[in-house]
Amino acid sequence: MEASIASFAYLVAAVCFILGIRGLASPETARQGNWIAIAGMAIAIGATLLRPQIVTFELVLGGIVIGGAIGTVIALRVKITDLPQLVAIFNSLVGLAAVLIAAAALESPSLYGIPVEGGLATHSLVEIMASTAIGAVTFTGSVVAFAKLHGLMQSAPITFTGQRAVNAFVGLIVLMAALAFAGWGTAGLFWALALAALVWGVLVVIPIGGADMPVVISVLNSASGWASCGIGFTLDNPLMIITGALVGASGAILSYIMCRGMNRSLAHVLLGGFGGETEGLTGEAADRGPVKAGNADDAAFMLRNAGSVVIVPGYGMAVAQAQHALREMVDLLEGEGVRVRYAIHPVAGRMPGHMNVLLAEANVPYDKVVEMEAINRDFPSTDIAFVIGANDITNPSARNDTSSPIYGMPVLEVDRARMVMFVKRSMASGYAGVDNPLFFNENTMMLFGDAKAMCEGIIKSLE
Amino acid sequence: MAEPLNRDAAAIADRAGQLADEAQRLAREAADLAHRAAQSDAPATDPVLFGLTVFALACFVGYYVVWKVTPALHAPLMSVANAISGVVVLGAMIAAGPAIFGVSKLLGFVAVVVASVNIFGGFIITQRMLQMYRKKGD
Repeated sequence: MEASIASFAYLVAAVCFILGIRGLASPETARQGNWIAIAGMAIAIGATLLRPQIVTFELVLGGIVIGGAIGTVIALRVKITDLPQLVAIFNSLVGLAAVLIAAAALESPSLYGIPVEGGLATHSLVEIMASTAIGAVTFTGSVVAFAKLHGLMQSAPITFTGQRAVNAFVGLIVLMAALAFAGWGTAGLFWALALAALVWGVLVVIPIGGADMPVVISVLNSASGWASCGIGFTLDNPLMIITGALVGASGAILSYIMCRGMNRSLAHVLLGGFGGETEGLTGEAADRGPVKAGNADDAAFMLRNAGSVVIVPGYGMAVAQAQHALREMVDLLEGEGVRVRYAIHPVAGRMPGHMNVLLAEANVPYDKVVEMEAINRDFPSTDIAFVIGANDITNPSARNDTSSPIYGMPVLEVDRARMVMFVKRSMASGYAGVDNPLFFNENTMMLFGDAKAMCEGIIKSLE
Repeated sequence: MAEPLNRDAAAIADRAGQLADEAQRLAREAADLAHRAAQSDAPATDPVLFGLTVFALACFVGYYVVWKVTPALHAPLMSVANAISGVVVLGAMIAAGPAIFGVSKLLGFVAVVVASVNIFGGFIITQRMLQMYRKKGD
């Protein structure tokens, strides 16, 4: 009887989780969706507390209280600009939890009702093996991604000679350990597998550059889902299987969207080494003709007299924390009767949706923030495209220069606007190491300086 | 005249009683049989196969639901995914719950802590983000 109550509660929780994600279809239903998901989690935990396997509650409730307190403090204190790191560390925790639970299931299978006569069945071993391998790679891979995003480690690719051979070799060890564990199922093989997978997770992520992090985070997010799915199979828990599949699918779709936004294959991103030489082609910059540079006053004058302005934010805006100053500037322009909108490229920033959250944090209404496909139609009728802290995602070579490394990547077609302003610290090329011919255009004005300081300068001039 | 009639009636009543008993026994046996049949059916639905069924259907649900998410909310999507993958806490709780203290109990405890960080942290940061999304004029 109590087993059916638990199963029913798990079903309710699964439906709540699905509705929670469904709510994210629109900002109006999103908050309600989140509450539904929270309710689902509470139901699932409550039903589990009633199960007969749990006889002492100290460690169970104590663990929830300790972990809950840590999570609450982190989530309340973290700055919105640090969101990519936070997601990375949360991904790693799911991976770690999966490995720990797999180890517990191997240690005392009877606790979970896994039949033990004559050793564990092959399917149980395979399930434990899969969740351990995926969980361990997710754990260390995400820790490295976190370190790169948080600046604890250089975000440029870390490469060494023979890297691919080493990675392949360690990958092979993971595979061998996995097969051996599925065959014999000893604790020694389990830990060998976990260790090899932990090492492999580090090796796979270190050669991937900072701007590829949106893909890496999405892939690790997906992996954390598949790891919890594996645990669900081991423990015969449909709720974990469903949730793992939802998270896995979500991460996979985001990875796909991010790769499409860069016109690169997943394999190309994950093999890494891209964007290592940022010095790129800047040496030739002088040959491309003169660059028109302006100052905050020039920019303020032109922006004020424009009919419509489209703002293109990039990671540089996040680094400079310029979103609030930018919004103030836009408020003043709107006061002057200028129509202002924001254009978002799918891979702008360090995680999917990064720019949208930063703008939302600065109180920019979401109906003024437009996705790439929708806004590209409007550039020909736009007076000024104001590019702040972005480069590659506006580069017209992606459309018309077949020899460019970023050829084929979808870009924001700012060159079709009557005028383009670039807020940039220097002439340095973007992440891809590619020159942006737009800098040398007749109707481009370069605004050299820190993004935040430039916005503040324009504000001063507008007032 | 009345005497044999009474006897016959008594005999018939007796038989009826016996029949009722018989029917009851048969019914019990039938129920028992059905129960046994149900029990012998249960192992036929292999838990692995059941899990795979759930898994396949959930993948489809995930695929369609996630494509509907607006790109503006991709960041909260990731953080809510973090929160709900904390559902592995259910497995951790069971490892941390038994009376006897052992390695698996310790592993379970650490896993409960780790997964709870995700659940609380993930839901709270999602809520924080969603509260920032406003429409013009709100």
